Amino acid sequence: MINLFKYSAPSTFYPLAGKLVPIFWTLAAILGAIGLYISFFVAPTDAQQGQGYRIIFIHVPASWMSMFIYCIMAFWSLLGLTFNTRLSGMMTSALAPTGALFAFLSLWTGALWGKPMWGAWWVWDARLTSELILFFLYIGFIALQAAIDDPRRADRAGALLSLVGVVNVPIIYFSVKWWNTLHQGASVSLTKSPSMASTMLWGMLVMALAFWAYTIAVALMRARTIMLEREGNTEWVHHLPDVKEAA
Amino acid sequence: MQWQSISDFFAMGGYGLYVWGSFGVCAVTMIAEPLLANHRRKQALKDIRNNYLL
Amino acid sequence: MSVLSAYFAALHRDLLLVMRRKTEVLTALFFFVIVTTLLPLGIGPEPDLLRKIAPGAMWIAALLATLLGLQRLFAADYADGTLEQMVLSPEPLSVLVAGKITAHWLVCGLPLVLLAPVIGLQFDLPTDAIGILMLTLLIGTPLLSLLGAIGAALTLGARGSALLVSLLVLPLYIPTLIFGAGAVESYIAGLGAMGHFSLLGALLILAAAFAPWATTAALRISLE
Repeated sequence: MINLFKYSAPSTFYPLAGKLVPIFWTLAAILGAIGLYISFFVAPTDAQQGQGYRIIFIHVPASWMSMFIYCIMAFWSLLGLTFNTRLSGMMTSALAPTGALFAFLSLWTGALWGKPMWGAWWVWDARLTSELILFFLYIGFIALQAAIDDPRRADRAGALLSLVGVVNVPIIYFSVKWWNTLHQGASVSLTKSPSMASTMLWGMLVMALAFWAYTIAVALMRARTIMLEREGNTEWVHHLPDVKEAA
Repeated sequence: MQWQSISDFFAMGGYGLYVWGSFGVCAVTMIAEPLLANHRRKQALKDIRNNYLL
Repeated sequence: MSVLSAYFAALHRDLLLVMRRKTEVLTALFFFVIVTTLLPLGIGPEPDLLRKIAPGAMWIAALLATLLGLQRLFAADYADGTLEQMVLSPEPLSVLVAGKITAHWLVCGLPLVLLAPVIGLQFDLPTDAIGILMLTLLIGTPLLSLLGAIGAALTLGARGSALLVSLLVLPLYIPTLIFGAGAVESYIAGLGAMGHFSLLGALLILAAAFAPWATTAALRISLE
C-alpha cells in the first residue's frame, strides 16, 4: 500500500512512467505482430464475406478499447475527485485522445466494412450509433478541458463530466437499441458478424491486447508531458536529466 | 498459407480497398499519435528550458 | 429556513428576475417556432412527410430551445456574484439549485408544452397524437432542464461556453429524445406508448434524484 502512494506524486511517477513506456511499446509491437499474423495468415476465408471480414480484427478491438478507456477514465476521475490527487487528473487527460482515436477507428473501419458487405457507408444500427455517441462524449471531454484555463479546475470538471458520462453510456446504449429495434427498416446490422471461428476470436483478442499495450504506452507518454507542462516551475522538474540535456 | 501470391494478398479477394483502407488508417493514426505526443513533449521541455533555466 | 422554503425562495427569485425581462421567455418560444417552421421549408410541405417527421422534429426543436435557455441558468448569477453567495449560504446548495432548475423549466420547458398543439397542427398531427406529444414534452422537458443544468454548471465562465454546453449536453439528451419522440411515433403506429412513458418517467425520477447533486458538485468545481 505504501508503495502505491509513493507513486501518486508526479515527481516519483514521472521516472517510473519513463521506464514503463518502452516496455509497453515492445509489448504492443510483439502482440501487434502476432495479431496481424493471425488476422492475415491463420484466420480462414469467410464463407459469406470472403476476405473483407478481416477488418473485424481492427473494428472489434477498437470498439472494445474505446469503451474500456472511457471506463478507465471514469475510474481515474472517481479516484481524483475522492482523494484530490493531481496524478489522477493527468492520467484521465492523457487517456482521452487515445480513447477518441479508437472510437474514430471503430467508426471508420465500421464504414469500410459496411460498404462492401451491405452497400452503405453508414448504417444506423445500435452499436455503430452508440459508438458515434461515445465519440461525441470523448470530444466533449477534450473540448471542456481545452476551454478551461486553470488545470486543476479543468481536471475536476473533466472528472465530473466523465462520471456523468459513464453513468449515461448504458442508458444511451439501451435507448439506441430500443430505437433501433422499433425502427426495423434498416435490417442490416453489423452485429451480425460472421460465425466466429475460434481463430477469429483469438485474433481479435490478441489485437485488443496489442491496442491495450499501445494505449498504456501513449497515455504514459502523454501523462509525462502533462506533468512537464504543469509542473514546469518545480525543483524536481528542473533536476530531470531530460531537461538538463543542454538545448 | 491461403495466399497464392503477393498480388493476391494485396487484392484481398476484391476487398483490398476496404481492408487496406482500414489497416492502413489504423497504422497511420497509431504512428501519428505517438509522434504528436513526442512533439508535444519536446515542446514542453523547450518551454521549461527557456522559461525557467538560465 | 426550512429546506422547502429555501427551494421556493430560489424558485421565486428566478421567476421574479425573469418577469422583469419577459423578452427572454419569449425568445425561447420564438426560437422553438422558428426551428419548427424551418423544417418544412427545408424538407418540403408534403403533409404525409410532415406528419411522419413531426414528433422527432418538434422534440429536436425542444432540445435546441432548452439549450438556448441554459445560458441564463447560472451565467447572470455568476457574473454578479450572487452564485458565490448561494454557495456560501447555510442553505443546502442542491436545494437552491433545484429551485433554479425548476424556474428554468417553468420558463423554457413548460411554454413548449403549451405551444405544442399549435405547432402540431402546422404539421397536421392528429389531435390525440398531439395530446401524447404534449404529455411526452411535459415529462421530458424537466429532464432536459435537469441534465442541461449539469452542463451549464460545468462550463461556467469557460471560453465558448454556449457551444460547449451543447456539445456536452446533447449526447446526454439522446435517450430523452428517443423515448419522447418514439412515444408519439409508437402511438401513431398503433403500438401504444406505455413503454416509452414508463422509461421517460424512470429517467425523470433518476435525473431529479441525481442531477441537482451533480450540478452542485459542478458549481463548486467551477467556483473554486
